[in-house]
Amino acid sequence: MSDIRFTDQHEWVRVDGDIATIGITDYAQEQLGDVVYVELPEIGKTIEAGDEAAVVESVKAASEVYTPVSGEVIDVNSDIEATPAGVNEDAMGDGWFVKLRMSDPAEFEKLMDENAYKEFVEGLH
Amino acid sequence: MSGMNKQGRPTSIAVGGSAARETFTGNRALQLEEALVFELDNPGACGVDLDEPTPFTARLGGFERQGRIGLPSVSEPEIVRHYVRLSAKNYSIDAGLYPLGSCTMKHNPRLNEKMARLPGIGDIHPLQPMKTVQGALELMDTLAHWLKELTGMPAVALSPKAGAHGELCGMMAIRAALIARGEDEARSRVLVPESAHGTNPATAALLGYKVESIPVTTEGRVDLAAFKATLGPDVAAIMLTNPNTCGLFERDIIDIADAVHEAGAYFYCDGANFNAIVGRVRPGDLGIDAMHINLHKTFSTPHGGGGPGAGPVVFSAALAPFAPRPYVVHGADGFRLVETAEDAKADGTTPFGRMTAFHGQMGMFVRALAYMMSHGSDGLRQVAEDAVLNANYVLASLKDDLSAPFEGPCMHEALFDDRFLKGTGVETLDFAKAMIDEGYHPMTMYFPLVVHGALLIEPTETESKQAVDLFIATLKDLARAAKSNDKERFTGAPYLSPRRRLDETAAARSPVLRWAPPAPKQAAE
Repeated sequence: MSDIRFTDQHEWVRVDGDIATIGITDYAQEQLGDVVYVELPEIGKTIEAGDEAAVVESVKAASEVYTPVSGEVIDVNSDIEATPAGVNEDAMGDGWFVKLRMSDPAEFEKLMDENAYKEFVEGLH
Repeated sequence: MSGMNKQGRPTSIAVGGSAARETFTGNRALQLEEALVFELDNPGACGVDLDEPTPFTARLGGFERQGRIGLPSVSEPEIVRHYVRLSAKNYSIDAGLYPLGSCTMKHNPRLNEKMARLPGIGDIHPLQPMKTVQGALELMDTLAHWLKELTGMPAVALSPKAGAHGELCGMMAIRAALIARGEDEARSRVLVPESAHGTNPATAALLGYKVESIPVTTEGRVDLAAFKATLGPDVAAIMLTNPNTCGLFERDIIDIADAVHEAGAYFYCDGANFNAIVGRVRPGDLGIDAMHINLHKTFSTPHGGGGPGAGPVVFSAALAPFAPRPYVVHGADGFRLVETAEDAKADGTTPFGRMTAFHGQMGMFVRALAYMMSHGSDGLRQVAEDAVLNANYVLASLKDDLSAPFEGPCMHEALFDDRFLKGTGVETLDFAKAMIDEGYHPMTMYFPLVVHGALLIEPTETESKQAVDLFIATLKDLARAAKSNDKERFTGAPYLSPRRRLDETAAARSPVLRWAPPAPKQAAE
């Protein structure tokens, strides 16, 4: 059983207890190209599923990162704020964006699992 | 590729490799290297011979400057050469075809320049007494009249200084109307289709609205059903670009307008692409409440580094009373600007405020009006027709060599995606860089975002058939090269420009925004 889920906006969520870590997928970083700027939310802020959690800007485009689950921001990855290249290097790991304390874990269950996301990405081309 | 002249000498520089000859000066034939003006500093050199100041008593109480302020000292011929060399590096619409999609890089007629330089226009000041600038005010009034006429809208604000400023102006009028209705608090959402200009959501967000994206259909147009489903009593406005950034006319625009109004919201239209419909369609007839017009696009005033923008906004009857100050009125004592809130009250309007300190870009008003009057209504109509014809010619000629995401016909711009590059190892960016070697300014890339690896080409009506044919032949040749494994021509491009490929990533990640003189002793910085 996988504890990672995906959205059709190319975000991933990994859950450990009631803590969700959110980032953008490897596919997303590749499509964006070199990431040059990341804007992260304030710690302590409460965000609802579907809200903008962060902004990521590359040489090609700027886009919003939406949180697929609701909760309170308990940590942000200031490393990628200082060194945005980290998102390109390890999007699924050290390049994470935000950690939330989830208020509704059921939201997580509704998201795509790894296989479903893989199929979704393949369908894009 | 390797054309030969009559003497049999090769005319092309071999790409990369041995033929890339280094020169002693760094110049490449008459393509000259140029230092920054600060690096040309030659203390003591000066363009004018000024007397040494006679001794005087400073009254600055110790705040006198202690050393040089760091302006470069150069002689007149040096400074002339510096700027002439820089200008020769510039690519502009005066140098060649400039197919930047969504930007309408059209020819700036020289007649406009002549008119803008008339002393009675070029030498006036915004603080002159109104009775001394009656001609200028009449000119603004005439321009306002024709903008209203061409759009079928009853009011116009001339003052906004550019497209995005115009959007802000239009949305501020919408907010003012909502405040007057007591519904400002209740209406917090602004709907923006994915095919709109990127500045639209930015404008709405700046005003504190929650922006919601409306998907486009596989046809590249607003998804009407999705749009209607998103409408509600909390929607303040929709911001729609028509023709949209896929180069397509929003066919459902009247249905969209009806739905917007039924929901009690307002309809903002981004008029940046007005060039495709000027003289053919009046936005007022489509149910639009506010729209900006980029004079620097549709009405040919110089832009893209060539001059300031100007983004007048036209308003429907519902928004007209809220249009900002100042505006020109014509009374018994001639023309005058309505400048103050009291003045407006006496005139029966309730402007939301003002967008600018003065009345807007006078020089652009003159050029735009000269353009309108020299074209006439039949001429403006032909502008739109020729612009659309050129774009469709590009789309039809290239759709089998490149790949087009949406079926034509298109409006003013032809949109391609990067499917034709699949498996070649060449990306849209590389393709664009190879166009530079061929002497073309690249088209708009990676925009609109709804299309993968977008290439957005807007030839405008300026280009002749011969010019468009050569452009098409060039892109066909590049597409053929990409598909036949000539990857190096792209990934290493540009080879022939004054600078090779710049590191955009490093420039964005660690920009150097200020020149610093080299440290006198050892390493710089």
